[in-house]
Amino acid sequence: MVAETFIGMTIDQAQEEIVSEFSLLEGDQEMTIFYIMELGQKMPPFPETARTEQNEVKGCQSKVWMTAELRNGLMYLQADSNTAITKGLVSLLVRIFSGHTPDEILNADLSFMKKIGMERFIGTQRSNGFAAMVKQIKYFALAFQVKNA
Amino acid sequence: MVAAPAHLDVSKIRAQFPVLHQQVNGHPLVYLDNAATTQKPKRVIDALNRYYEGYNANIHRGIHTLAEKATRAYEATREEMQRFIHARYSEEIIFTSGVTGSINLVAYSFGQAFVQAGDQIIISGLEHHSNIVPWQLLCERTGARLAVIPVTDSGELELEAYRQLLQNKTALVAVNHASNSLGTINPIKEIIDMAHQAGACVLIDGAQASAHLPIDVRALDCDFYCISSHKMYGPTGTGILYGKKEWLEKMPPFLGGGEMIREVTFNQTTYNDLPYKFEAGTPNIADVIALREAILFIQEHDKAAMATYEHDLLQYATAKVAALPGVRLVGTAPEKVSILAFVVDGIHHFDIGQMMDTRGIAVRTGHHCTQPLMDRYQLEGTVRASFAIYNTREEVDALAESLGRIINFMRK
Repeated sequence: MVAETFIGMTIDQAQEEIVSEFSLLEGDQEMTIFYIMELGQKMPPFPETARTEQNEVKGCQSKVWMTAELRNGLMYLQADSNTAITKGLVSLLVRIFSGHTPDEILNADLSFMKKIGMERFIGTQRSNGFAAMVKQIKYFALAFQVKNA
Repeated sequence: MVAAPAHLDVSKIRAQFPVLHQQVNGHPLVYLDNAATTQKPKRVIDALNRYYEGYNANIHRGIHTLAEKATRAYEATREEMQRFIHARYSEEIIFTSGVTGSINLVAYSFGQAFVQAGDQIIISGLEHHSNIVPWQLLCERTGARLAVIPVTDSGELELEAYRQLLQNKTALVAVNHASNSLGTINPIKEIIDMAHQAGACVLIDGAQASAHLPIDVRALDCDFYCISSHKMYGPTGTGILYGKKEWLEKMPPFLGGGEMIREVTFNQTTYNDLPYKFEAGTPNIADVIALREAILFIQEHDKAAMATYEHDLLQYATAKVAALPGVRLVGTAPEKVSILAFVVDGIHHFDIGQMMDTRGIAVRTGHHCTQPLMDRYQLEGTVRASFAIYNTREEVDALAESLGRIINFMRK
């Protein structure tokens, strides 16, 4: 499963991994979008029952659902979207953040988007949606942190 | 298949539109979002520059030379627009910010004078939000009721249902000349005549018609007709309300301010004559002046020849797109302006739009500001390609090729 591929890496290492994967596409926009969609297709299936309004990430143009759970002090994410590109984008976040402590997630600085030139190929509206997803993940982490304090 | 009329040289027309000659994401721009806004010919852009560089001045009350020159140019557009839509009087042309501004003006002003509680306002299921919401607001203010002409599966208005609706006391009927989502050309002459027989006024939203269909407000006998400049090769931020003089004279002002007054005292203010009564404040002078060049552009290229060419493009595109696996056309009325809307089974319209953009192809995706119409077809949205006079068959080929690639990729 994709979500497991970065297990053992730090958040920064996972970001570097993504940057190097994308560099193979040499900035070809269509290839990049196709690749993002492929990543989305490879995500573990999202449970139908979790596709609720409560799990919807607000602020995205497409529908995005996200859930988080804490196992042995590590946070794991699952996500889905009704559009293929957004599903691929959220899969990047799932890969980067899954398997880390709430502290690590809250302190993480996301740099990969800029490095792969994401705004250029997803546009302003999707970039805003992407920011909303990151915010949601940080909320999850904060909630777990408060609960465990 | 109809070939382009001999006197319509599309490559020459394309050469007049600077924005078309660029690469987007490494591919030649294929601009197929003309129902949202058309591109502007050089002569429109030049007119804007000439105004700002040569005679920028506030119009009408100025005594100096620049003000005089600006006023003449501004009023020349009014007269050109009068000819363009065959209005009887130039004072029947009110400059507004565009169709939305025009409809709101009528909903407020006509509504205040002529709509009472219990009256009916009829719109259609094909309307853009801008021809729905102002009437809803009017109904809230006055206690009038909103009724909606239903739409068939192919995207046409059900005229028999309309006939039934007209049996209720109706103050006004507001429908579009052509649908922005489906392209359907509505039988507005029939709609207007039926309304008049029932004693109702008619407003036509001409946003999607002005660049593509002949408009003769006298032959149509409509009471109001609304146009946006930016959808007919003109600048953004301006447009017109045509209103029959007899109505405009009886309607109270919409916005208060300078220009629209005759005399102001703290006890009482008297209003200016038409059209200035409805043009409060400093108008969008530059864009109005440049709009004249857009009208001349259309007039010089012969609207009927343009319509024939665009219709041919639409048919060519419809056949190519419909032949791809999983494509379902949305809006298949026999009479359409050059708008092609579709969905593809299992592929979200946003994804299609985004993937096409990577190939330099600009289409619109979403509900197109017609959510009730999308609900009618149980769709969240569609992909819409809309054609203008500068589009070519090669561009349609690029659209179909790109869509084919997307479908192949997503279905593997």
